Amino acid sequence: MADLVTTASPDSAKPDPPGRSGGTGGSGHPGHPGRPRRPARRRSRVAERSRLGLRDLGAEALAGILQRPGRSVLTMLGTVLGIGAFVAILGLTATAAGQIDKRFTVLSATEVGVDDTGTARSQGEQPDPAISFTADAGARVQALNGVVHAGVYWPVPLQSPRLGAAPDLQSGSAGDGSGLAIYAADPGALAAMHPTLTAGVLYNGFHEARQERVAVLGAAAAARLGITRLDAEPAVFINGTAYTVVGIIGDVERRQEMLLSVMIPTRTALAAYGPPSTPSRAKMLIETRLGAAQLIAHQAPIALRPDDPSLLTAIAPPDPKSLRNDVTGDFNTLFLLLAALSLVIGAVGIANTTLVAVLERTGEIGLRRSLGARPRHIAGQFLAESTVLGTLGGLIGTSVGVGLVVGVAVSRDWTAVLQPWAVLPAPLIGSVVGLLAGLYPALRAAWIEPVEALRR
Amino acid sequence: MTPVIALRGVGMTYPGPPPVRALRPADLAVARGEYVTVVGPSGSGKSTFLNVVGLLDRPTEGTYELDGIDVSTLRESERTALRGKRIGFVFQSFHLLPYRTATENVLLAQLYNGTRRALRRPAAREALARVGLGHRRDAVPTHMSGGERQRVAIARALVNRPSLLLCDEPTGNLDTATASGVMQLLDELHAAGLTIVVITHDEAVARRGQRTVTIRDGVVTSDG
Repeated sequence: MADLVTTASPDSAKPDPPGRSGGTGGSGHPGHPGRPRRPARRRSRVAERSRLGLRDLGAEALAGILQRPGRSVLTMLGTVLGIGAFVAILGLTATAAGQIDKRFTVLSATEVGVDDTGTARSQGEQPDPAISFTADAGARVQALNGVVHAGVYWPVPLQSPRLGAAPDLQSGSAGDGSGLAIYAADPGALAAMHPTLTAGVLYNGFHEARQERVAVLGAAAAARLGITRLDAEPAVFINGTAYTVVGIIGDVERRQEMLLSVMIPTRTALAAYGPPSTPSRAKMLIETRLGAAQLIAHQAPIALRPDDPSLLTAIAPPDPKSLRNDVTGDFNTLFLLLAALSLVIGAVGIANTTLVAVLERTGEIGLRRSLGARPRHIAGQFLAESTVLGTLGGLIGTSVGVGLVVGVAVSRDWTAVLQPWAVLPAPLIGSVVGLLAGLYPALRAAWIEPVEALRR
Repeated sequence: MTPVIALRGVGMTYPGPPPVRALRPADLAVARGEYVTVVGPSGSGKSTFLNVVGLLDRPTEGTYELDGIDVSTLRESERTALRGKRIGFVFQSFHLLPYRTATENVLLAQLYNGTRRALRRPAAREALARVGLGHRRDAVPTHMSGGERQRVAIARALVNRPSLLLCDEPTGNLDTATASGVMQLLDELHAAGLTIVVITHDEAVARRGQRTVTIRDGVVTSDG
């Protein structure tokens, strides 16, 4: 195993390069008709074939690379760039896709909205004014498997209401809340928004059922109204009617606009101000368990209005799987093409440099042949040199690529994702590139006639 | 005793058109321990003679026995091995690898003939000592004089203990003083029993051999 050449091949005559026979080179003697088929035993013992151990081959290849270190580094550059781009692109797309997935799953993938389209079948048509959600809409959807919270909300149909922290406020004075939105929202809808309370509590089913005049304020609205503490049981006044503030919401994960509004129970709103009016019709917000959104979007209209599901339109988030495929697919094909291109350029670079080295070292090739090297030893040496160059380029490129991915991930606060199937074989790709690039120069080297080479 | 070189009717015609008769059929024997010089003007067939004797090329006619082995019946791989083991080449342009030390250049001759790794370095040192370069074995050719370089080349040719030392214009790139040093070395090697063939066009070099073979227009004549 240690020897490149151990067995006798039936035809080991020196290779005649195509198109060179018959020249003045003096080697083209086509056939020796009179010579015996096999030499005698004694002779093959006397002329034991030349051999080149793997270790010697490796040492020669390394010496060949190291005698021109600058050139070797430049030669490797193409492979370094190609492999580096390959690893970096795969790593970055995987990292970015993982990041998109993460943001996606946390918020939107568990959110389903249901719009009350009413009887409007096409754009611009006026639907009937009746609210399509039944009074027990929240409970109906809540009963579906996979729903965490669900509730109805709508903007209260009041034309420029007077809103303030005191029953009769001059506009512009402290505590004036004109411009703030007033929403009717049932407790399920509030819960689905994932509110963080800074003070008090949310109103609940009890308030809802009894049409209590209570309100919850968004943080911005509370600031505008000058209400920061609840221990004095403050109230907001809508057109002079007092609503006791039971809680202040500091932040919500969904429906950020609620931070700028005053929320009151839906039944209170229905009793006081009537059903929502077109175009601001009621909506339902549903929070589902992870992965249930598509299913709930399908089931909710039927559960809400089994008599006429078409009155409601459910809006499901895009399927995360298809989204990720879109993103990574676009990235991968484009950039992998570029990486492949730079690999080809790298291969051409190695081939070119090796070819130049072969021509430069013609004298050395002739010398080696005179010292007993067979054509395959010469070919093997140059092939080994180009393969080592490719492998080194691949290793460096992989390191650069991995470093790039990790660097970008760290700078963006992302989690670096590197697939083993992309990273581990990358140096090997460099070896293959080097091997392929070295094939032609190695054959050229093997074809060089010692007689010609030594004349230099 | 078997002659080292035995040419019987060896001739060489390069295929045409028109065919070129580089070497007319000739008989020549070089005995073991002999010191033969080959002279002739440029284009006389000296190079062809060197290529045939050095197993770098096959003659188109006749038989050539090296150490009693009929090399014309051997396959190319066997001829290559025989060349590496039994013939030590010394070239006009030295053919040393510029980035390697004297020792490494000599080691190169042992790369392909199956010499065990452990034995290579001592053999290389011994060969360098034999040509008087024991003190320069770690120098690279670019830091050596022409004479020293040719000595390294001779050491490389000697390291495998060849049957024949085949020198092609060994002094062609050297000044007179250095050349005489190299020729002195060849005399010493001959005195130690080595068979030497020197191809040259320098009369002074040619006179140092025991016998001179002249090639003129492909015709080989020996004065011995």
